[in-house]
Amino acid sequence: MTTMTLAKAINSGLRQAMQDDDKVVLLGEDIGQLGGVFRVTDGLLSEFGHHRVIDTPLAESGIIGTAIGLAYRGYRPVCEIQFDGFIYPGFDQIVAQVAKMHYRTNGLIRMPITIRVPFGGGIGSVEHHSESPEAYFAHTAGLRVIAVSNPQDAYALLRQAIATDDPVLYFEPKRRYHVKGEVEEELGASMESATVLASGTDVTLVSYGALVTIARDAALAAADDGVSVEVIDLRSLAPVDYPTIEASVRKTGRLVVTHEAIRSGGLGGEIIATITERCFEFLEAAPVRVTGFDIPYPVAKLESHHLPDLDRMLDGIDRVMGRRS
Amino acid sequence: MIDMNSLIAADPLSSTTSVDGPASVPLDSAFVQLLTPDGVRVANPEFDTWVADIGLREIGALYEDMLTVRRIDTEATALQRQGQLALWAPLLGQEAAQIGSARALRGDDFVFSSYRENGVAYCRGVNLTDLLRVWRGNAFSGWNPRLIGMATPAIIIGAQTLHATGYALGCVFDGSDSVTVAYFGDGATSEGDVSEAMVFAASFNAPVIFFCQNNHWAISEPVGLQSARHLADRAPGFGIPSLRVDGNDVLAVMAATRIALDRARTGGGPTSIEAVTYRMGPHTTADDPTRYRDPAELAAWAERDPILRVRRMLDAAGALTPEFEQRVASNADRVAAELRAGCLAMPDPQPLTLFDNVYATPHSTLQRQRDDYAAYLDSFDVASGAQASGAPASATRASAAEGERS
Repeated sequence: MTTMTLAKAINSGLRQAMQDDDKVVLLGEDIGQLGGVFRVTDGLLSEFGHHRVIDTPLAESGIIGTAIGLAYRGYRPVCEIQFDGFIYPGFDQIVAQVAKMHYRTNGLIRMPITIRVPFGGGIGSVEHHSESPEAYFAHTAGLRVIAVSNPQDAYALLRQAIATDDPVLYFEPKRRYHVKGEVEEELGASMESATVLASGTDVTLVSYGALVTIARDAALAAADDGVSVEVIDLRSLAPVDYPTIEASVRKTGRLVVTHEAIRSGGLGGEIIATITERCFEFLEAAPVRVTGFDIPYPVAKLESHHLPDLDRMLDGIDRVMGRRS
Repeated sequence: MIDMNSLIAADPLSSTTSVDGPASVPLDSAFVQLLTPDGVRVANPEFDTWVADIGLREIGALYEDMLTVRRIDTEATALQRQGQLALWAPLLGQEAAQIGSARALRGDDFVFSSYRENGVAYCRGVNLTDLLRVWRGNAFSGWNPRLIGMATPAIIIGAQTLHATGYALGCVFDGSDSVTVAYFGDGATSEGDVSEAMVFAASFNAPVIFFCQNNHWAISEPVGLQSARHLADRAPGFGIPSLRVDGNDVLAVMAATRIALDRARTGGGPTSIEAVTYRMGPHTTADDPTRYRDPAELAAWAERDPILRVRRMLDAAGALTPEFEQRVASNADRVAAELRAGCLAMPDPQPLTLFDNVYATPHSTLQRQRDDYAAYLDSFDVASGAQASGAPASATRASAAEGERS
C-alpha cells in the first residue's frame, strides 16, 4: 500500500502493464519527453524507449487510426487524448472503426485499445479543455466506458482496461489528478462493478468521476439534516452496474443521479429510465437529475454555476425527499 | 524490436526526436531573406519589387508595431502571473511573421487564426481589452468577427484552415476580390483538416493563403515529428504554389504575403507560405519548456530576433534617433497601461448569461432550465436576505458541511 496522487496511480498502472506485456504501447501528443501535459506518463519514455512511448504527430484521428493498425498486428495500444475537447477529430475512428471492428469481423479481430481521456471541468481553463463527452461513447455499441474517481480505482481499472480485449474509453477526472490516496497495486473488483461508498436508507445518490467526492460531502451534509444518503460510485458507465443501483433503490426508494455532463441524452436519463423500469414499485418519488445544463461548457468565470456542487446536490436530495420549498 | 526513432525520417534542417533527450534544431536558412539578423538588407530581385514602397519611415512603423505587440505579450504574461488571466499564449519571437503578414492585408480581407495570433489581431484593430476576454475566462470570443475582419481564433488545432477556405469560396461566389488568410502552426499541419483544406482550396481555386508559422515546437514536439520535409514542401503536392521565407524577417514576410495576395486577387487561387520562426516563450503560461528544450537552441534563435534586426538596420541608417525611440517606448507604455486597465476593469459575466446564445432561436428545454436555475439562485438570496447578486451557490446551508469536506 502506497500513498500517491491519482495521476501517479495511472502512471504506475501504465508502468506495470508495460512491464507485464511488451505489446502494450503508448501513443499520444507530448507524452514522451514532456511526460504529458498532466505528467501522467512522466518517466515512461526513459524507462521504455521510443518504440513503447510514442510522441505522435499532432493528429487525433491519426492516433486512434494507427492504434487500430497496431491492434490488428497484435499490439495493445494505450492512446492519450490530451484534453476531452480534442477527441472529436478522432471520433470517426473511435465510433466507426474501433467500436465496430470485432462485430464486423465476426470476432476475428479484437481491438484491445485503451483511450485515456482527461475529462471534466473545474480547472478554470479555456474552451475545449473541460468537457464531459462520455455519453457519446456510452451510446456507442462496442465500447466500454470507465470513469474513475480516486487513485485506487485509477490504478486498478486502468490495469483491467488495458488487459481486456475490448476497446475502453477511460475517463480521468482532471481536477482530481493531484488528490492523494492509498493505492494497493492489485486489480480489485471487476471494472464493471459500481462501488457503494456510503450506506444510507433514504436516498440513493449515483455519481462518477470528479463529482464522487462532492457526492460524499453531500451525504455528510444531508445526514446533519436527518437524511440518510447512500452514495454509489459508478466506475463503469458502459456497462452500468444496474444490480448494485437496483439493490440500493429497493432499499431507499429514491434516486438522484449527478454528473457534470449536460442533462439531455446524458447517463442520468438512461440510468433513471432503467431503474424506473426495474424498480418502479419501489420508488417513493420521481428520480432527480443534478447535472450540467444543456449548454456548451461555459467560460471559466461561470463554470461554478454549470458544475453540480454541494448545494445543488443537496437541492436534488431535497427535491427527491419532497422537501422543496 | 523496432526503434521508433528509425521510423522518423530525419531532415537535416529540422529536429527529430531522440532517445538521448531533446534534440536541438540546426539553424535553417533555406528560405527567402531580405533582412539578415545583423540588420543588413539583402537584394532579391523577385521579392524586392513587392516591398519597393517600404522605406525607412515604413520600416520604422513596422518596428513600432512589433515592439508594441511584444509589450502586449509581456504585459499579458505578467497579468497571468498575477492571477488576472487564466492563461496566455505568448507570441514572443513571432512578431515579424505576424506583423509582416497582417500589415499586408486590406481591411476587407479576412483572417482565420489560431490562438497565438495576438499580433495579427492587434493589426486588425482589435480593442486591447477585447484581446484579453477569452484569456481572462470571461468570454469565448473577444470581438465581432465581421467588424474586425478576423474570425474568433480557433483552439482546436487546424480547424480554421477549412473555415478560411469556405470563406474564400464565398468571396468568389460574391464577386469580391477579398482574400482570406488562414494562420496556423507547424503542429497543425499534421491534422487532417489542414490537408482537407488544401484539397478543397486547390480543387476550387479558392483565394486563400495558408500562412504557416513554423515556430518549431508544438508544445513539446519538434517540427521534425510533424514533417519529414520542409512544411513548405507539402502544399505543392496538393497543387498549391508555396513560398518559404525567414519568418523573423518582417520584409520577407510582407513581400511573400503580398505575392500571395496578388495571386489570390487576380484569380490565381491559393498560396502556401511557410514563415520559419521560433516560439521563444512557452506554449502557454501553463507550459514549462525547460523540460524538453535545449537552452542553447533558444539562445541561437535569440540572435535571430525579429525586432533586433530591424533595430540594427534602423540604427545603421541613422534612423534610430532618441526622439523616435522615446516615442515608440512611450506608445508601448501607453498600450500596456491601457491593456492592464482594461483587464482589471472587465466585469465578470452574469450567471444567467450561461444560457444565452446556445441557439439563435428560442429553445423550450433550455428556457425551462434557465427558469429553474434563476429560481434556484433566488432561493439563496431570499434565504440569506442578500441582494440578488447571483453569486455562485456555495455558502449558506453547505457551510455546515464545510468542516467535514476532505
